[in-house]
Amino acid sequence: MKFVTTFFSSPATALSCLLGALLGAGVFTFSEAEGLSYLGNASETCANCHIMREHYDGWQKASHHAVATCNDCHVPHAFIPKYLVKGENGFSHSKAFTLQNFHEPIRIRPKSRRIVLRNCLRCHGEVAGEMLERSRQVSDGEACIRCHGHVGHGAAR
Amino acid sequence: MLKSSEERRTAVFSLSHVALVLVAAVATAGVMGLWRNIMERKAESRQRVFEVVQIDEQTVDPAEWGKNFPRQYDSYRRTVDTERTRHGGSEAFQKLDDDPLWRVLFKGYAFGVDYREERGHAYMLQDQDETLRVTQFKQPGACLHCHASVLPLYRHVGALAGVDTGDAAGQVMKGFEVVCGMPYAEARNLTDAKGTKLVQHPVTCLDCHEPKTMRLRVTRPALLEGLDVLVRADAPLPHLPSVARWRQGSRARAYDVNVEASHQEMRALVCAQCHVEYYFKGDGKRVTYPWHNGLKVEEAEAYYDAVGHADWVHADSGADVLKAQHPEFELWSQGIHARSGVSCADCHMPYVREGAVKVSSHHVRSPLLDPARSCQTCHRLPEKELVARVEAIQDRTRALMLRAEEATVGLIAALAEAGKRADAPQEAITRARALHRQAQWRLDFVAAENSMGFHAPQESARILGEAIDLAHRGRIALMK
Repeated sequence: MKFVTTFFSSPATALSCLLGALLGAGVFTFSEAEGLSYLGNASETCANCHIMREHYDGWQKASHHAVATCNDCHVPHAFIPKYLVKGENGFSHSKAFTLQNFHEPIRIRPKSRRIVLRNCLRCHGEVAGEMLERSRQVSDGEACIRCHGHVGHGAAR
Repeated sequence: MLKSSEERRTAVFSLSHVALVLVAAVATAGVMGLWRNIMERKAESRQRVFEVVQIDEQTVDPAEWGKNFPRQYDSYRRTVDTERTRHGGSEAFQKLDDDPLWRVLFKGYAFGVDYREERGHAYMLQDQDETLRVTQFKQPGACLHCHASVLPLYRHVGALAGVDTGDAAGQVMKGFEVVCGMPYAEARNLTDAKGTKLVQHPVTCLDCHEPKTMRLRVTRPALLEGLDVLVRADAPLPHLPSVARWRQGSRARAYDVNVEASHQEMRALVCAQCHVEYYFKGDGKRVTYPWHNGLKVEEAEAYYDAVGHADWVHADSGADVLKAQHPEFELWSQGIHARSGVSCADCHMPYVREGAVKVSSHHVRSPLLDPARSCQTCHRLPEKELVARVEAIQDRTRALMLRAEEATVGLIAALAEAGKRADAPQEAITRARALHRQAQWRLDFVAAENSMGFHAPQESARILGEAIDLAHRGRIALMK
């Protein structure tokens, strides 16, 4: 009896309950927001919040649809860089969508563009590598998609 | 001392507990807030329309439609805003003061008295009531075709003229015919059996949307008739694929724009109901689009020449001249955007996102006022650069236009001078007057069009170049 009284009157217990509630609410919200899907590779995930609906629709009609998912081009392939980039993008996308304070139409960041370029080369390196060695544009990631911008999402309109 | 240290530790402990409780509580509240935000976004993406009121063909008042479509209605109402762009905008400045050469060009015509820049859609009926062109001159009911939401009026008048209630389209067509020929004030003030005015609103939802499905539709009789002659002309219309398809078919059925045209074509054609060149045909004053040979400036001119139409006789030159209206649809048709499948709505009613919902803005206005949404969807350049490119085109058009104005005014002065001379060679004067008509028609076609050349830059330059050439040829004719 004394144990029960002491247990329930201890501040640590109350705190545990609160932290438990926080954990529960957090996990529940994470699952409601389909948080787990963001760890996977399915392209539908990227249209979850509807902002990239048109990019997703365009990808379904574009030439790379058969050979590459969103992640194949837009995140690095090694395990640790992949999840670092996913984490960073995930945070800034969620923040932007929640606060509704981003530029429209959305634009790829130079940093993300460089990731795309590296991924072009992952498959097409043999053909394009030599060309790029002499190109000035590699540093800003423009090199391939300056001309081949439609392969991922189709024509602009 | 020891005891007090013990006490202090306990106090610090309880304080830390209280602080932790507060932190956990605030964090939990934050998580719940985030959850609510996520739920709201999800709900927005699932359901877009709540049918609060029933909408049908009789529902003219946009406020009623606004109950079901609050987002579209909010932006529709903002067409009251007046904003200037470098060459236009929606502020009603007097163009005759801005560029007095137009007083000379329009001498003897109502436009020489009052020629103000158009304001937004919200003002189209009010501005029509107030312009000196209507208050000081006799105008027909035909004006209402594009200055009011006119379907209830047409249906009512069509029914009175004996068209059966079952034939809504027939009623509209008959009503159109009768109203065009009425005096403006009579048509404007017509009432139904209960005494309610039939003309109350500027352009409304009903004019472009089918009330049950919200599908885009063409309701204006003059466009239906204009398209009917246009599709039978030989002029190529690569920007309207449904017309090409119809032309290749058996042509047994007439071209019905509301059936044949794609949604993307309709996003331009609903605007073409009014943003076009027109004239009032014959004594019946039937609103008519001169598309019998095609949409180009010389094709419309060929039609006007064939039917012997002139808007007025110029007070100084004595030439039978034409007044161009606002051939936005025609000029856009000659440009690269039309050719690439970009419609009016893509730039003038761009998509706006509100939360997870995407709606097309019904605040119809100059794309220069929102280049991010209007242009950057396709053109991946900074806003400043995009505006600079547009203004470069417009400044060049304006410079060329000014030359065309000066050349035409020069010809008008030369003709006025020649008219006073007793020994004036009649043949040369007739020839110079014909050239005045041609030059002024071309000049006005670009000037009255509301994009300062942007809708088709090369076509605008070609037209203005021709205007300058024709005006100078007129002066040369008089020198001989």
